[in-house]
Amino acid sequence: MIRRNFTKLLAGVSLATSFMGTTAMADDTMRIALVVKALGIGFFEAAAKGAEEAAAELGNVEVIYTGPTDTTAEGQIEVINSLIAQGVDAIAVSSNDTDALVPTLKKAMQRGITVISWDSGVAPEGRQVHLNPSSNPLIGNMIIKLAADHLPDGGEVALLSATTTSTNQNVWIEEMNKVMGNYPGIEVVATVYGDDLADKSYREAQGLMQSYPDLDAIIAPTSVGIVAAAQAVADAGKIGEVNVTGLGLPSEMAGAIESGASKSFAIWNPIDLGYSATMIAYQLASENAVAEPGATIEIGRMGSITLDDTNAAAMADPFVYDSSNIDQFKSIF
Amino acid sequence: MSTTERFIPDRLQSPLATRLKSWESLLLLVAIAIFIANSFASPYFLNAWSLSDATFNFTEKAMIAFAMALLIISGEIDLSVASIIALASTAMGAALQLGAGTPVLILVGLGTGLLCGAFNGVLVTRLGLPSIVVTIGTMSLFRGISYIVLGDQAFRGYPADFAFFGQGYVFWVVSFEFVLFVLLAIIYSVVLHRTNFGRTVYAIGNNPTGALFSGIRVARVKFILFLLTGLMAGVASICLTSRLGSTRPSIATGLELEVVTMVVLGGVNILGGSGTIPGVFIAAFVMGLVTFGLGLLNVPGIVMSIVIGALLIGVIALPRLWAMWRK
Repeated sequence: MIRRNFTKLLAGVSLATSFMGTTAMADDTMRIALVVKALGIGFFEAAAKGAEEAAAELGNVEVIYTGPTDTTAEGQIEVINSLIAQGVDAIAVSSNDTDALVPTLKKAMQRGITVISWDSGVAPEGRQVHLNPSSNPLIGNMIIKLAADHLPDGGEVALLSATTTSTNQNVWIEEMNKVMGNYPGIEVVATVYGDDLADKSYREAQGLMQSYPDLDAIIAPTSVGIVAAAQAVADAGKIGEVNVTGLGLPSEMAGAIESGASKSFAIWNPIDLGYSATMIAYQLASENAVAEPGATIEIGRMGSITLDDTNAAAMADPFVYDSSNIDQFKSIF
Repeated sequence: MSTTERFIPDRLQSPLATRLKSWESLLLLVAIAIFIANSFASPYFLNAWSLSDATFNFTEKAMIAFAMALLIISGEIDLSVASIIALASTAMGAALQLGAGTPVLILVGLGTGLLCGAFNGVLVTRLGLPSIVVTIGTMSLFRGISYIVLGDQAFRGYPADFAFFGQGYVFWVVSFEFVLFVLLAIIYSVVLHRTNFGRTVYAIGNNPTGALFSGIRVARVKFILFLLTGLMAGVASICLTSRLGSTRPSIATGLELEVVTMVVLGGVNILGGSGTIPGVFIAAFVMGLVTFGLGLLNVPGIVMSIVIGALLIGVIALPRLWAMWRK
């Protein structure tokens, strides 16, 4: 009796799943798989939303949003193997490991599947195109622009970076220095390092406000530093005098935007990222574009991207978050 | 003079009946049911290459599961196997940086596995510590060493011939890993079911004190089982490292629980004393088929974990419910 029920249950499951399966094989719909680091992460759920938006715009595209439960390379390999078996048209992956996915993705490409990486890339031999959310020059320009936009008459700004050896931050600051000529009247008075520690960043921000009483803005191109600086400004009662800006996460910065300690900050927009990755995968799989250095690929409302020597490209300027859109994004990531 | 012959059965049920009612048959039925359900659920399931790709989901875990089955039957457990994989892989990566070729890499991988197994074995058998506590400790210890060595870096650039162990095929779609998996299943079956050593493992699991007083060298047998489990983790590490082509300290995270699940699903009593290798062998297929079938339907991983969990509880509870219902 119980055994019979069990088989019934199995049959029921297989019947239910077979209905789920059939929709996938309808006519000549292009199936693009968006493989993320792990399911259940707000950032990637938002990227999936962007992918669905692209699919709706393109029409005959079905997005398969999938990924492992934990952020492991092995989990992603299992997922990719099942996608290869399903013969999807394209795989767009944000990888958990630059190298470990390469053998599996090579196999996918051998079987005629378009493979791109986005957000977190894989080694060039494992993908056709990699989409970076932004680029160092764009970020370097954005962080000073964020401060300058609120200082029409010029002013004093200071940098609160991560560590002296943080590659990313150093490159961004270097790129920022290159474009300082475009922002006359803005003077960088100091660069301090909070080591990406909340308490040290907080003390460094306090120190900046004491050393430079006329300071107009603190630029923190690090998600730890920007939160600590905003807190320091609020605690010093200098909201409205010192604007904190830079790169941060909407969920962590919502309070600072609300209090006015930060007028705006920037970071990638995951919706745009998922949208663009899907567009690129579609263009390559439908052979509207080729993956070769120097090639240009149209990505719908995001404009176009141009591939560099390693077939990588930058999507756009970091996306600016302020009081007008923070509520929409603070619950996402 | 007439001799009256009376047939006296040497067992209560015919061997065939016993076999049909066994755990292994039930599990085999489940495996067949899942296979059929999968073929109906997805048009992509019945494809030689797809099925071959799917075997990689369980072959490495199953290699460890065979040794783990013996260990659990003897009443012990090793939760550090995934961390042994990480440490063995890190050791191979380090050897690679020093210019080692494939044969040396193999030796380093197996050697690291053996050393880790010996370390667990000494702590359990010499110091008399409970194995669950010891191996929870070494789980952090072994992986911790990998993290210290590698940090956020990776070892890569393994030689081309090293790729054979995780990516090579013996003939057509039959991978090297699959052949190794079947060979190990046969070897462990013989060891557990056809040798004196195998009998002592059951004896220890059922009654360690009794086994000791029967002249069985309990500590030595357990030590050997820890060595074997470590060695198998080394073998799995070679296969996995070869398949990934790189080493990161996060390699194989969480694999120990899947191995234990496989062993228990295979009918091994988690408290020791009973279980078979064929059971574990079929359980490996059941788990592989379930995850691959659900993967083809793009069922999210978390739902897969729920299905595996339900399957585990269901298959274990079913015979008991069956027995209760018959009363």
